[in-house]
Amino acid sequence: MLNYLGSRLFTALLVVIGVMTIVFMLIHVVPGDPVEVMLGESARAADREALRETLGLNLPLSVQWINYVNGLLHLDLGTSLHTKRPVVNILSERIPATSLLAGTSILIALIIALPLGVLAAVRKGSIWDRVAMTFSMLGVAIPNFWMGPLLILVFSLWLGWFPVSGKDQFSSLVLPAVTLGTALAAILSRMIRASLLEVLNEDYIRAANARGLLPSSVIWKHALKNAALPVVTILGMQLGALLAGAVITETVFSWPGIGQLTIEAIQKRDYPVVQSCVLLISLCYVFVNLLTDLAYAYLDPRVSLNE
Amino acid sequence: MSKETFMPIRYSFPFLVISVWFFVALFAGLLPLHSDAMMLDKILFPPEGQAWLGYDDLGRSIAERLVLGARTSFLVAIFVVSISFILGTTIGVMAAWFGGWWDKVTVLVIDIFIAFPGILLAIALSGLMGPGIMNAVVALSVVGWVGFARLARAQTLTIKHREHVLAAQALGTGTVRIAVCHILPVIMAPLIVEATFAISGTVIAEASLSFLGLGVQPPDPSWGSMIRDGTRFMLVAPHMVLAPGMTILLVVLSINLLGDMLRDKMDVRSKAKN
Repeated sequence: MLNYLGSRLFTALLVVIGVMTIVFMLIHVVPGDPVEVMLGESARAADREALRETLGLNLPLSVQWINYVNGLLHLDLGTSLHTKRPVVNILSERIPATSLLAGTSILIALIIALPLGVLAAVRKGSIWDRVAMTFSMLGVAIPNFWMGPLLILVFSLWLGWFPVSGKDQFSSLVLPAVTLGTALAAILSRMIRASLLEVLNEDYIRAANARGLLPSSVIWKHALKNAALPVVTILGMQLGALLAGAVITETVFSWPGIGQLTIEAIQKRDYPVVQSCVLLISLCYVFVNLLTDLAYAYLDPRVSLNE
Repeated sequence: MSKETFMPIRYSFPFLVISVWFFVALFAGLLPLHSDAMMLDKILFPPEGQAWLGYDDLGRSIAERLVLGARTSFLVAIFVVSISFILGTTIGVMAAWFGGWWDKVTVLVIDIFIAFPGILLAIALSGLMGPGIMNAVVALSVVGWVGFARLARAQTLTIKHREHVLAAQALGTGTVRIAVCHILPVIMAPLIVEATFAISGTVIAEASLSFLGLGVQPPDPSWGSMIRDGTRFMLVAPHMVLAPGMTILLVVLSINLLGDMLRDKMDVRSKAKN
């Protein structure tokens, strides 16, 4: 277990350094001179040099990299070119909105996917299975940027139940969370079904049935607990799709989170903010996956023995 | 047994949709289309005889713009998936074949790229490189090769020590020849299945980038940017959002169904199970 823990943590550290490096390099993929792009062609040479110096772009690449990583370690993400405020402050204002949206979406996804996946697995081949798998197929094929407008059209414009966009009242949360939640539920219900079908063939399920336990108790207490492990891992991996989907969904609904900030910063060519948003989302994803891996290894000793 | 009668409809439908997509994309340039022609008296008009999907906010025919959007999404998907396929497979096979440090570094690089969730890296890249269709292709390929590399590596590892490969080695066959003639044919099936899903993923990704204003630039049409334009006029002209969205849904659904079918056909194990 300790061995596994050590090697998993070491890999995670290397990945974090790699992610930092790619994010650091992002500013260097800007074609031509990033300073010129930011200031426009008519800027004076002195202004250009000043900005170049503030961004540290006049230093050798290796020194720039060390400065960048050093700044990250001290939670210094630089200053926004647009608002001139520290990027850390801007990010911390936006994090709660995205966390709330992501958390609610996961909850909605579980509420939809759990009964649907279980029903599809227990009644395999029935009409319920068909319905669940059709839902899953459709959910994967409908992109967030169409689902969002569709929900707005029906529930905001026609029925008038929820606000079109923004985050002024609690009901504003419903439509973006449903948009993200259904997309996640589509994948999750499929995974729950597959995972449960695998478990239902095991001997201990047959034994539980043979002992005359109630079918519902066999499913919920014996089968689902064992099927949950791979599902939790998948949920961790799908968090990435959820966060990337949040970028688009927040834009659709003007939800003031990290995703909307990313797109705004791209449009304003505010490079430090773009870099920090991408870094924050990716590191969050890496961290969650590390946690699910470790939890999995803790709950299922076979994982760490295989290494 | 009811499944047997269910099959033909289920599988002929996606073939139909994909064929239409393919031919429309291929021959869009030859059709007498005027996708940029504005009919100022028809702005936001609902479907009618002249334009069976109606007109957009500039009085352009939505059906004709969908046809040209099909070409955009098709070309982007083909380019991105081809680049990713070739690059990723080469990297993956090389990593598994040479092993050692080379393999360790490749696995680490793959892990790093996977750490960027979904199309986030593509959004950032195409945003910073500047909007445009070429940059979108580059950005999506930078993200796309990883899946192929991972799969090709895993597959190569399992067949690396098979007799036919060892025999070729013993006969002194060159590395490139072994890779192309003895490894690639064996690992091709799962890679093709992966490519199918990569195509549908790229169609959505291209539309997402265009929706965010980072892909195709106006006046060229893309399904994604058509949805974005439509969201501003949803109450008066819902057809502007419904038509391109339905198109994306149909194409992506069809490719995924086809991919499922290919996977079932090629994977002996799942066939035995069913």
